[in-house]
Amino acid sequence: MTQTQAVKLPRRKAKVRPLFDGPEWTFDLLLKVHDVMGEIAVGELGLDVYPNQIEVITAEQMLDAYSSIGMPLMYRHWSFGKRFARDEAFYKRGMRSLAYELVINANPCISYVMEENSMTMQALVIAHAAYGHNHFFKNNYQFQMWTQPDHIIDYLSFAKSYVAECEERYGDEAVEAVLDAAHALMNQGISRDLRPRPRNVAQHERERAARRRAYEEETFDPIYRTLPEITRSGPEESPEAANEQRLLGLPEENLLYFLEKHAPKLEDWQRELLRIVRLLSQYFYPQRQTKMMNEGCATFVHYEILNRLYERGLLTDGTMLEFLHSHSSVVFQPTFNDRRFSGLNPYALGFAMMNDIRRIATEPTDEDREWFPDYAGNGDWMGTLRHAWAEFRDESFVLQYLSPKLIRDFRLFAVQDDAKESAMAVAAIHDEQGYRDVRRRLARHYDVATQDPELQVTEADLSGSRRLVLTHRVRNGVLLDKTEAERTLQYLAQLWGYRVKLVETEDDSSRVLKEHEALPMP
Amino acid sequence: MQIVDRRLNPKSKSLGNRQRFLRRAKAEIRDAIKDSLKNRKVSEAEGSEKVTIRSKSLREPSFSMGRNTGRRDYVLPGNEEYTVGDEIPKPQGGGGGRGGQGSPDGEGQDEFTFTLTKEEFLDLFFDDLKLPNLIKVKLKDLKAPKTARAGFTTDGPPARLNHARTMRKSLGRRLALRRPSLAEIEALEAELAAAENEDPRDEAKITALRSKVEHKQRLRRSIAYIDPIDLQYNRFDRVPKPTTQAVMFCLMDASASMTEPLKDLAKRFFMLLHVFLMRYYREVHIVFIRHTSTAAEVDEETFFRGTETGGTVISTALEEMLNVVKARYSPADWNIYAAQASDGDNFHDDMPRCMQLLDKEVLPICQYFAYIETTHSERFSDAQETPVWHGYAEAGKRFRNFAMRRVASPEDIYPVFHELFSASDKAA
Repeated sequence: MTQTQAVKLPRRKAKVRPLFDGPEWTFDLLLKVHDVMGEIAVGELGLDVYPNQIEVITAEQMLDAYSSIGMPLMYRHWSFGKRFARDEAFYKRGMRSLAYELVINANPCISYVMEENSMTMQALVIAHAAYGHNHFFKNNYQFQMWTQPDHIIDYLSFAKSYVAECEERYGDEAVEAVLDAAHALMNQGISRDLRPRPRNVAQHERERAARRRAYEEETFDPIYRTLPEITRSGPEESPEAANEQRLLGLPEENLLYFLEKHAPKLEDWQRELLRIVRLLSQYFYPQRQTKMMNEGCATFVHYEILNRLYERGLLTDGTMLEFLHSHSSVVFQPTFNDRRFSGLNPYALGFAMMNDIRRIATEPTDEDREWFPDYAGNGDWMGTLRHAWAEFRDESFVLQYLSPKLIRDFRLFAVQDDAKESAMAVAAIHDEQGYRDVRRRLARHYDVATQDPELQVTEADLSGSRRLVLTHRVRNGVLLDKTEAERTLQYLAQLWGYRVKLVETEDDSSRVLKEHEALPMP
Repeated sequence: MQIVDRRLNPKSKSLGNRQRFLRRAKAEIRDAIKDSLKNRKVSEAEGSEKVTIRSKSLREPSFSMGRNTGRRDYVLPGNEEYTVGDEIPKPQGGGGGRGGQGSPDGEGQDEFTFTLTKEEFLDLFFDDLKLPNLIKVKLKDLKAPKTARAGFTTDGPPARLNHARTMRKSLGRRLALRRPSLAEIEALEAELAAAENEDPRDEAKITALRSKVEHKQRLRRSIAYIDPIDLQYNRFDRVPKPTTQAVMFCLMDASASMTEPLKDLAKRFFMLLHVFLMRYYREVHIVFIRHTSTAAEVDEETFFRGTETGGTVISTALEEMLNVVKARYSPADWNIYAAQASDGDNFHDDMPRCMQLLDKEVLPICQYFAYIETTHSERFSDAQETPVWHGYAEAGKRFRNFAMRRVASPEDIYPVFHELFSASDKAA
C-alpha cells in the first residue's frame, strides 16, 4: 500500500551534529527542536500557525484530559468521572495505551505532551500537533467559521465557574438533571447552516449572567407569591397558529437552542446551562467534520518535517527508526476482513491522500491529468495542499481529491446493506465504472450531517396544550434506535416540561413510520 | 513558544467528577459490593475492590440510528475477490451490519468495571451504618491523655536519645569543621616516618610534616566526636484523646452440629463486624472464644478451622468471656462488643443459667451484643424456634443493646448486618 512505498530512508548527511541522541528529553531540547522545526514548517512548507504553548503532563493528567473531552478546563459532571474510571481501568490493565499528545484549538495553540515520551516521540508530537494540527486549526474554513480559538479557554473557565455557582445555589442534583438532559441532546445542539455571531467572551458572558440574576433579584417580590394562581378559562387558541410557528422560527434543527429560547418552564439559569452545552457542541462540530483531513494534514506535516531534519543530519539513525516505527503503526490500515479492522483509519487515508496530491502535482500520469486537470503537474504541491487544507472538509475533500490510484491502492469497494436482505451486495469496486461511485459513497460516509439523524422541532403549541412535536426525517428507511430514542425523548420532555412527541416520517413521501411519546415526570 | 510544566499541578483534578459519579451509581455499586462479599476471605476484608456494575443511572442516551432497519452503505478497504453484484453473507449472531447489539433493549452495553479505593469501598459499604452507644463511652474517656510523638528536641532523658538523628548531626558538624579522620592522620604519620627514613637531614620537610601532624592531632582532640549540641531526643506530647479502643468478643458454638457452611456464615459476620469496628476505633482487640460443653479462648485459625465434638453448653462461653474481661479488659476503659453465633442448640438445662449471666453480668457491660443464628433452612417458622432463640427473645425485650437475627445464606449477611447497625433504626 502507499504508506509502505513512502517509507524509504533518505540519505543522511553525516557531518552535521544531530539535535539530540538518546531517549532523554529536556526543556531546552524541546525548545530547540520546536524552533528548528519552525524554520522548516513556516519557512519551507509555508505553514501559518498560532503561537505554540507546549504543556508537559503526567499520565494521570492525560487521563484527566481524556475524560473531560480533551479540554483543559471543564465543568464538573458525573459522566466525566465515569469516563475517567473506565479509561483508568483500561489503562491499568494494559488494554489501551494513552495517546502521545492532545492538542487544543486555541490561540495560543496548546499541545499536551506526556512526560514518559522519549525525545523522539516529543519531536514527533511537536511536528504533528504544534505545526500540523495547529496550521489546520488556523486555516481551515470550518474552524474559522465556527470556533473562536481566542476565547475558548476563557469561555470554559466561565462555564466551569458558572456551573459550580449554580450547584451552590440550586443544588447538585438540580444542575445535574439539566446537564444530563442537555448532554443527551448534544448532537442536536448544532446549527448546521447558520453562522454563529462571533462573540462569547468570558467577561461578556459573566456580565450577562450577572445582569440576568440581578434583574431577577430586583424584581423579586414575595407578595406575588401569595396571589392565587391564575387559571385561564376557556381555550384561547390563536386563529393563526401558523403565525406562531413562524415566530418561533420553526422548523428548528437545533433542539438545544430551541429549548433555551422557548421552553416554557425553564428558569434562566437552566437556560444558561443549555447554552453552555450547546456552544461546546458547536465548538466541536468542525472537528467531527474534518477528522480525516486534520489527521492527514498533521501526519503529512510531521512526516515531512522529520524527514527533512534527517536529510540534514539533524536526527540520528536510531531516532529515525523509532519515528518510522511509530509512524507506520499510526498509518496502518487493516483490511475489512482483518480481526483488527474497525473502519477506515483517518490517519491512513488522510496521509495517503496528502501524499497522492503531492504525487499528482509533481509526477502525474495520464489518468491523473484526466481526472485532476486543474492541478496535475503544476509542480506546486505544497500550495495545492495548503489550498485543500483551507477550503475543504472531509466530505468535499474526498469528493474532490480521491484519485483512482488511491482507490486501487486501498482496494476500496462499496457494499450495500439492507436490513431486510440476508446478504450484503457489492455495489462498486475499484474499476473504471466504480471509481466515481466509490468516491461518492465514501464522501457521503464522511458527511456528518447524513450520519446524524435529521431531527427537527416542527410544532410547538405554546398557548394550548403546550405539546412539542419533533420530526425525524427517515433516510433510506433507517429508524432511530428505539430504546435510546425513548430515553432521550424522556430527557427532552423533562426540559420542555410538557408532552413531547417524536414522529418518524419517510423522507420522500412523509408517510409516518413510527411515533414515540414522552411525558415529563414530576 | 512557551513550555509549561503542568506535572506539579494539584493531583486528582477529576476528584469532583468521581464523587459525583460514585454518588450517582451508589445503589448499584453497593449491590455489586454485596455480591462480592460472598467470595471474600477474612484476611481480604480490607483493601481496594474491583466492582462491575450494570447501571441504569449511568446511561447516557442520545438519538442514534437503529441497527436493524433500513438500507445503508459502507465503503471498505482490502477487496480481493468481489466484483459488482456479488453478495456477502452478513456476520452471524449480530442483528445486522456490524457491532453486536445482542439483547433487544441493548442492556448488555451498560456493564461497566472499575476499581474503588479502600476508603471509597468502606464508605459505601458501611454507608449510613452507625455504631450504637458509641458516644457515651467516648465522652466518658475524653480526659484520658495520651502521649504522641511530636518531633525532636535538644534535651531529654537518655532513654529517648535518637541515635540516628544524633549521629547525623554529629557527622554534619564534623564535616563542617573539617575534623581530621584517624586514617588521615595515620597517612600523614606514615609519610613523616617515610621522610625521616629516606633523608633524615631534610629538616625543613620533616618539620613541616611534623607540625602538620601535630596540628591535625590537636584539631582532632579539640573537636569532639559527639558534642552536646549534636544530641537529639525524641519528643512526646501529651494529647488529650478519647480512648478509642474496643474489644470484640466472638463467641461461636463449635460442636458437631455446626457444620462447615454454618461456620462459614458465622465467619463472614465476624469479618464484617471486625472491619466495621476498625473504622471507629484506633485499636480493636479480638477475642475468639469457642465452646462445646466447655469453652476456651483460641486463636483465629483454630476458631474458624478446628473442629471438636461434644455437647453444647453456651453458658461456659459467657463465663469465659467474663473471665477474660475481668483479666484484661476493664469495662471502664474498653468498649466491649460481643457477637455470638450458634445454630440454636443448647443443653436443655443450661438456658436458665445463660439467661441469668446475660441479664446480670454480660449485657450491662457490653456496648452491644449481637446474636446470630445460622441455619440451613431458608424459611423460619415458629415451629422451628430453637431453644436459644426462644430464651434470648426475652432478653431482647429488656435490653436495647441486644439484638438477634437469623442468617441462612451468605446473601443474608449484609442485609442482616445493615439491619443491626442501621443508623435510622437506632435513632428511632
